Amino acid sequence: MSQAATQPAKTKGTLAIYWAASCGGCEIALLQIDAKILDVAGAFDIVLWPCATDGKVRDVEKMADGSIDLCFFNGGVRTSEQEYMAQLLRRKAKVLVAFGSCACEGCIPGLANLNDRRSIFDTVYKEGSATAPENPKDVRPQPETQMPEGTLHLPVFYDTLKTLDQTVAVDYYLPGCPPEAERIWAAIEAILAGKLPPRGSTLGLATTVCDECKRKRNEKKIKKFYRTWQIIPDEETCLLEQGLICCGIATRAGCGALCPQVNSPCIGCHGPNEGVEDYGARLASAVASVIDSSDPDEIERIIDEGIPDPVGTFYRFSLAGSLLRRKSKKAVGNGVGK
Amino acid sequence: MKRISIDPITRLEGHGKIDIFLDEAGEVANAYLQIPELRGFEKFCVGRPAEEMPNLTARICGVCPEAHHMAATKALDALFGVEPPTTAKKLRELFYSIFYATDHTTHFYALGGPDFVVGPDAPPAERNILGVIKKVGMDVAGKVLKMRRDGHALIKMIGGRAVHPNWGLPGGVSKGIDETQRLEIEARGREAVEFAQFSLKVFDSLVLANTGYVELITGDVFVHRTYNMGMVDAQNRTNFYDGKIRVTGPTGKEHAKYDCAQYREFVAERVEPWTYLKFPYLRKIGWKGLVDGEDSGVYKATPLSRCNVADGMATPLAQAEYQRMYATLGGKPIHHTLATHWARLVELLYAAERWVELAADPAITGKEYRTLPSRTPTEGVGCVEAPRGTLTHHYATDERGILTRVNLIVGTTNNNAPISMSVKKAAQALIHKGQVREGLLNRVEMAFRAYDPCFGCATHSLPGQTPLEVTLRGPDGTPIARLSQNV
Repeated sequence: MSQAATQPAKTKGTLAIYWAASCGGCEIALLQIDAKILDVAGAFDIVLWPCATDGKVRDVEKMADGSIDLCFFNGGVRTSEQEYMAQLLRRKAKVLVAFGSCACEGCIPGLANLNDRRSIFDTVYKEGSATAPENPKDVRPQPETQMPEGTLHLPVFYDTLKTLDQTVAVDYYLPGCPPEAERIWAAIEAILAGKLPPRGSTLGLATTVCDECKRKRNEKKIKKFYRTWQIIPDEETCLLEQGLICCGIATRAGCGALCPQVNSPCIGCHGPNEGVEDYGARLASAVASVIDSSDPDEIERIIDEGIPDPVGTFYRFSLAGSLLRRKSKKAVGNGVGK
Repeated sequence: MKRISIDPITRLEGHGKIDIFLDEAGEVANAYLQIPELRGFEKFCVGRPAEEMPNLTARICGVCPEAHHMAATKALDALFGVEPPTTAKKLRELFYSIFYATDHTTHFYALGGPDFVVGPDAPPAERNILGVIKKVGMDVAGKVLKMRRDGHALIKMIGGRAVHPNWGLPGGVSKGIDETQRLEIEARGREAVEFAQFSLKVFDSLVLANTGYVELITGDVFVHRTYNMGMVDAQNRTNFYDGKIRVTGPTGKEHAKYDCAQYREFVAERVEPWTYLKFPYLRKIGWKGLVDGEDSGVYKATPLSRCNVADGMATPLAQAEYQRMYATLGGKPIHHTLATHWARLVELLYAAERWVELAADPAITGKEYRTLPSRTPTEGVGCVEAPRGTLTHHYATDERGILTRVNLIVGTTNNNAPISMSVKKAAQALIHKGQVREGLLNRVEMAFRAYDPCFGCATHSLPGQTPLEVTLRGPDGTPIARLSQNV
């Protein structure tokens, strides 16, 4: 019997959606494609989506390798359990998409790579200002705890948060914290139409947030950077020109420059623009280039005063995925703040 | 001799798991709710400029980023010692009311509702939002989707983004609204009030008219006599955005009423080795373990808790519904966990009414919505009521406003102890002689779901709706039954 006789119509594909060390915002963003989610349900059988349907990891484990057509994976990899899920879904999925900033570049939770497990546990379980006097025995969560009724297990918490592609091979990247619904739908349309770019590509626009921003731009000459609480910027002029660290200059377009529309600087959640290897280095050089001085001492003073946390400012979303990746573990134990 | 244990189906599911141990007679010996992750915001925010916190901590939870954004913004007001202009305060509360109405809608229809609308004994495959749609019809589903869509659109209009807004600043907000926007917000608000009233009618006809459900709600299985916590205004009425924290005891007597900056005098946190999530309790009462009663420091911070600690609601329609709820269930305080669903709808109505009140306020389109701070920052605490409980952000900084210490007590975390107790009690009441059936296991799960737990918030790690799976295994480890949460 021929294949055509048994399958007259196009068969549905299979889709898995998974969250690791994430906040759930990617799931909410996906639901904001609204009624189009029905188109997704029409094109794919959803085999795993713990947020919205029965979680069936055991069933996924039983599937043949490569039998899931598409997997959207959001969240970074922080625990043994998340690592296992990344490896499992990589094996089972034909196309694995790092969905959202955490999976792509580590996002805000990646800033934890400035610390390690011990120092995080010290803060949370020992020094926490409502914890300290009540935990004299310094109790901390353990991978295994023997209780009277039996043994309880917890996944192992790693020292370092990893991005998805530091854990397994990734086919495509969909940036944003979270990705905007329009970008998600554009990616799904490309997938449905079979019009995907080469593997390893970012599914998005190849311009910057500045290109989408409607603010007026003139020559940028900065003598002083301001922190957001120090000035009330006017609503028409480029925010960087007014001395605020607006990340639009280095950040991939796709949101429509939403934050500048409410008079707030871009914080860089859509990650590096096309062709930029290290977001923080790109942003830092862009910011340095607008300083109106050639005196090294003056430049240093301008940066020190206006940008007191360079790592957190330039690598806000991208530390884990950057060339820096993490603070040296030796340095962490010394309680160095930045 | 048969020993049966209920284990999580697999630890690989991750997002919240329950271990229930049965003794040799097949009775429940103990139950443990474990939270398997942590992200460490309290550590890695140290060294960051304080003004980053509304944006950084929004990433604790993508389901309720507005709550973290707002608590952080208020903590910055305190840190910098700056009073926002009236317009800014009203804009923040308006934004927050829209968020509340949207979030409570999601819980009632998608998360908690299926148990009542479709029924606790319905097959798991139907006990989800699709089952709700089938039961109540597409036109109702359309109303629910519209409510959520409108809410998110307004949150984006005011705060910049629908998920993770970028708007709050010490002393105010980054942008105000104009008259065109105000008209849109007010119009959607009036529809939200109608939607909330409609939702209470749905609850009446599907839940209160069903004697089986009423018995379930008022039965002993889902009762915990603990302390309650919630925020109240100057007249002791519920407020989500600002006020004092009030704590009342199991009999309804006031235990404490304090400014959020004093929280450490009243709240302490317990660490256990078998979960990454801490257990907050009332410091002056003390930790006596996972037990009820006047002598145990365990408290709840839920929609029902907020109703219990308040003297009433500040808007007329919600106040009438508040009184009706207490009249129906036998007066204050209510300790029936499942009544939390009802209280959530009363709050939905209040949030919608408050939304309209604020949108109609002439000050809301004012042009003064920021005060620039002038004092040197030192330390500040900010509280709001997150939908899932009192949310506390506490920061200390150096003189440049660089964070030196961060402590967060998050909505769901408040309820870690009572959720654990509720699961155990339901399991003990419903599982006997090792006999378990699916409907009973779902009732165990309902004890958990009433709290609308959000472990994304709780551990500063995990996402909102919690997929929970437990497996019942025989002595040889063979799965006998399975239970999972269908959302």
